[in-house]
Amino acid sequence: MDVLTENFSLYGEGFLGTLELTLYASALALVLGFVMAAFRVAPVGSFRVFGTVWVTILRNTPLTLLFFAVMLGLPRFGLVLPFELFAVLALGCYTSAFICEALRSGINTVPVGQGEAARSLGMSFTQSLGAVVLPQAFRSVIPPIGSTLIALAKNSAIAGAFSVTELLGTYKTLSELGYNIIWTFVWIAVGYLIITLSISAVFNVMEKRWGVAR
Amino acid sequence: MSGTERASALYDIPGPQARRRHLLYGLASTVVILGLAAWILYLLFDTGQFTAVKWRPFLYEGIQELLLEGLGNTLKAFALAAVLSLALGAVLATGRLSEHRPVRWIATLLVEFFRAMPVLVMIFFIFVALKVHPLPALVAGLTLYNGSVLAEVFRTGVHAVPRGQGEAAYALGMRKTQVMTWVLVPQAVRAMLPAIISQLVVALKDTSLGYLITYEEFLHAGKLIASNLDYDLPFIPVVLVISPIYIGMCMLLSWCATWVARRERRDPRTKGVDVAPAAPVTTLPGRE
Repeated sequence: MDVLTENFSLYGEGFLGTLELTLYASALALVLGFVMAAFRVAPVGSFRVFGTVWVTILRNTPLTLLFFAVMLGLPRFGLVLPFELFAVLALGCYTSAFICEALRSGINTVPVGQGEAARSLGMSFTQSLGAVVLPQAFRSVIPPIGSTLIALAKNSAIAGAFSVTELLGTYKTLSELGYNIIWTFVWIAVGYLIITLSISAVFNVMEKRWGVAR
Repeated sequence: MSGTERASALYDIPGPQARRRHLLYGLASTVVILGLAAWILYLLFDTGQFTAVKWRPFLYEGIQELLLEGLGNTLKAFALAAVLSLALGAVLATGRLSEHRPVRWIATLLVEFFRAMPVLVMIFFIFVALKVHPLPALVAGLTLYNGSVLAEVFRTGVHAVPRGQGEAAYALGMRKTQVMTWVLVPQAVRAMLPAIISQLVVALKDTSLGYLITYEEFLHAGKLIASNLDYDLPFIPVVLVISPIYIGMCMLLSWCATWVARRERRDPRTKGVDVAPAAPVTTLPGRE
């Protein structure tokens, strides 16, 4: 029990590190995922190919390999950034592939007739997209995006092994200080549960408010 | 609807003018993408990644054997984790579908806990706190996580079988076990097979976490070669060699899931249920 109380600042630092990593990487993943989803449903062939290649490669890459390549590979090109930034890049790009797929399948659930009706009413592309297609797609993508972001929060633990300050990495310092290793891990687990369960709660509320039963 | 143009809620099937415009955009963006690729290639050459000294190690038999051994260890961990997580998934799913409330509660608690916990935390806990060897620690961590996810997949599949099927079986006088084994589970497994294979892709990808606990798998072998000063630290060559193999293995398995999904949709034996798409399930934790 006293592992937590005596090292509260260390745990807090790790917890905030994980939280920051999750927030920034989520933002990057959502933006990139949206762009890639737009590419994948574009009428222009080369955009579709680019989006498909991006998603196929990143979805089938082990995240550890991606971290390995980004953290230790990019510096060989003279690109030296703080480890935190590298971690956000790797996590964000990796997750963007999953976000893209969630968004794309969300857009595909909107019946073709909806768009046709919007256009026959004289709506422009932006109008039909903003007022008809995206609101309906949004309703059905809430659960998959939520679970993707939970997966991102959990995956951020890998960054700790690549010398980024985050929650899992605190175990090293604490075990060197001679604390009970089991209790150390119990509090790390509690930290992760707090993060994943709160993301889940937020998305459950959103789902209740805006989601549709299909 | 021609071959490349699909009807979508977003835009009409383009006419001749729009097609010309799209072709123009297509050409312009292809030039940009090719330029980007050329720039990356130039960077690779410019920083001397294609020098003979960096690629020579791959000619040595010892290094080839080291890589193959790593690949073998990766596949061994994957095979063990896959079999064990399917078994654990079946047990946990049985628990969650049980009629006895305490059993159901315990199974639910376990499934939700292991799904909410990062798999790396479990692996580190088993490796560091319980002082287990790297391979069992990796396999145990992967099994606990993927087993819980697979339990959810199995359960979703059983619930996806129409009520009438189970009711008809009960009406014929079958017991619960008989209804499960003869009516519900065969249809559920067929329907969820693509999702099950997709979850195995996740397990295959996660075997690379073994690198972080010094399990001598593929990435570990790559790192050994990459940090060798004799070969001028061939880091990029190693990444260029091992990532196509990793990605290829995962893509093969993903493709397998898509193929199974297409086959199962055509199969008359899955008429009663909707076949899941070839993607890992994405239900939020704590929801029915």
